[in-house]
Order: sequence, then C-alpha cells, then structure tokens
Amino acid sequence: MRVGVVTFPGSLDDRDAARAVEIAGGEAVRLWHGDHDLRGVDAVVLPGGFSYGDYLRCGAIAKFAPVMTDLVDAAHGGLPVLGICNGFQILCETHLLPGALIRNDHRRFVCRDQRLRIESNRTAWTSAYGEGAEVTIVLKNGEGGYVADEQTLDRLEGDGRVVARYLERNPNGSLRDIAGIANERGNVVGLMPHPEHAVEALTGPGDDGLGFFASVLRSTLAA
Amino acid sequence: MARVVVDVMLKPEILDPQGKAVHGALDRLGIPGIADVRQGKRFEIELEGALTDDRMSQVHSVAESLLSNPVIEDYTVHVDQSRTDR
Repeated sequence: MRVGVVTFPGSLDDRDAARAVEIAGGEAVRLWHGDHDLRGVDAVVLPGGFSYGDYLRCGAIAKFAPVMTDLVDAAHGGLPVLGICNGFQILCETHLLPGALIRNDHRRFVCRDQRLRIESNRTAWTSAYGEGAEVTIVLKNGEGGYVADEQTLDRLEGDGRVVARYLERNPNGSLRDIAGIANERGNVVGLMPHPEHAVEALTGPGDDGLGFFASVLRSTLAA
Repeated sequence: MARVVVDVMLKPEILDPQGKAVHGALDRLGIPGIADVRQGKRFEIELEGALTDDRMSQVHSVAESLLSNPVIEDYTVHVDQSRTDR
C-alpha cells in the first residue's frame, strides 16, 4: 500500500506524515510539487506547513503547483486525499472541498493537544474509528477558522460530511466547531488538527491520530 | 504601458481579525470616532502594450482565480489612468 506525501516549498510536516504512514504499516512515497507525477500511489497526503510562505492566501499558490493538476483529476476519480492544516487550506483553494480557512478569531497562533469527536467514520480516512469516538490530536495553526455560507454548512451537516468537531473549546473560531470535512464521495478529507503528530506516545499526546492512516490503508486494500 | 489595480476585500460577513487589531491600535492611540476598520489587499499590475478589452478580461480572470478567493473575498478592478498610456 503506497501513500504519497507531497512536499511543497515551505511544507513542514511532510516527514512526520510519511513517518505516520510507515508506522501505520504503509509505504510512504515522497511526491514533489513541481512534478506532474503521482508515482502510481494509492492515496495522497497534503501535509501541514506554510507552502509558498503562505503568500497571498494560505494554499493559494500551491493550488497551481504542477502536481496539483494531476492530484485534482485523481481525486475526482476517487483517489483518497487527506489535507492536513495547510493541506486542508489547499483543498479548499482548489475547491475539492467547500468553504475556506481564515485567520483565528483571537488572532494568535494556537498550539495545543485538542479533543475532537470523529463525527463520521464513513470516509476513506476515518473508517478505523468508531462513530462518535473522542480523540486527542495536536492542533497548531494561525489560520484555522473554518468558514462557509449557511447553506453550505447545512448541506455538510445534512450529508454527514462534517468529519471531526472540536470538543471542550473552539480553538480558532471555526463555524459550528468544525475541525474537518469530507467531499461527497468521502475520499477527500480536510482536517485542521494534525493526526501525524499523534501516532506514538513518545512524541505526541498518544496514538489517537494513527486511525487516519490505518483507515486509508484498509480502504485502499478493500478497493 | 498600462497599470491596472485590483483591490481585494474580505466579504462583509467574514470576520477580519487583522482589521480588528488595527482598530484596537487606533483606539489605544486615542483616535476618536472610528466605527470599524477592514484590511484588504491591493495589486498593481503593469501591463505591456495597449490596454485592450482582452487584456482587461484577463485581469478579471486572474483576479477571480488567483488574487481573490471568491468564497471569502470580493474584488474590484480599475485602471490607474495616470500610469496608463492613451
């Protein structure tokens, strides 16, 4: 099972994402932003960081990277794609996911262990969790406020496409406490917290994040 | 040569924390009578050659696809006549 991890100029968490894939039992394949080549992978992670320095808007320049043309086509064809933090911002900029992420309402960068509820396990990236599972995953962002118009929010809720929700405290002003969403098919997921930083007790708050990577290994095996 | 200016602003219903920070600073400076501050972006695009309808529609196209995110932002385009050959 080969899971690609894209490196953009300014990506930070590509190595951690690759490592999480390996800990979950998959083979991590490094993908380069400047190549029109997905190297035949079975799934792709767009990692966190500050692609292109967050210039213009977070993810706005990354969406025109050569690898993204191929990735958007593949995602429309059903390839599982997980965008974490900056990756979520990129997925919104490419319109693979609705809405946008804006600066935190309290204007500060936030870095904490965050409680989340997995609201939907009917996606390629959350099938290993029990529905309604409560997990603790690292959160770190400056522009993590999820916004969309009311109709879009209602549609996401109605279709069960809210994948994860913040518990206890809304860390960034996200509407309806949304931490992650999926596309209609459930193969594309965007998530503001960082499951790749919660895959083992030594370096994170636990291994609650491992389920995201275990899920996609399972779903691509089944496909 | 022609200079075309694209102004991008967050939509009115979208929270603007940066504008709020600026507003707070103005309050601390004791500047009276400021009801609100919104922060946006201004792009000055220098075009080679004459400004044609085609070039203007190109500018609108990049304003919509790259310079702004229509989900959260509005943009306006105008020609800076003082920097534009006639």
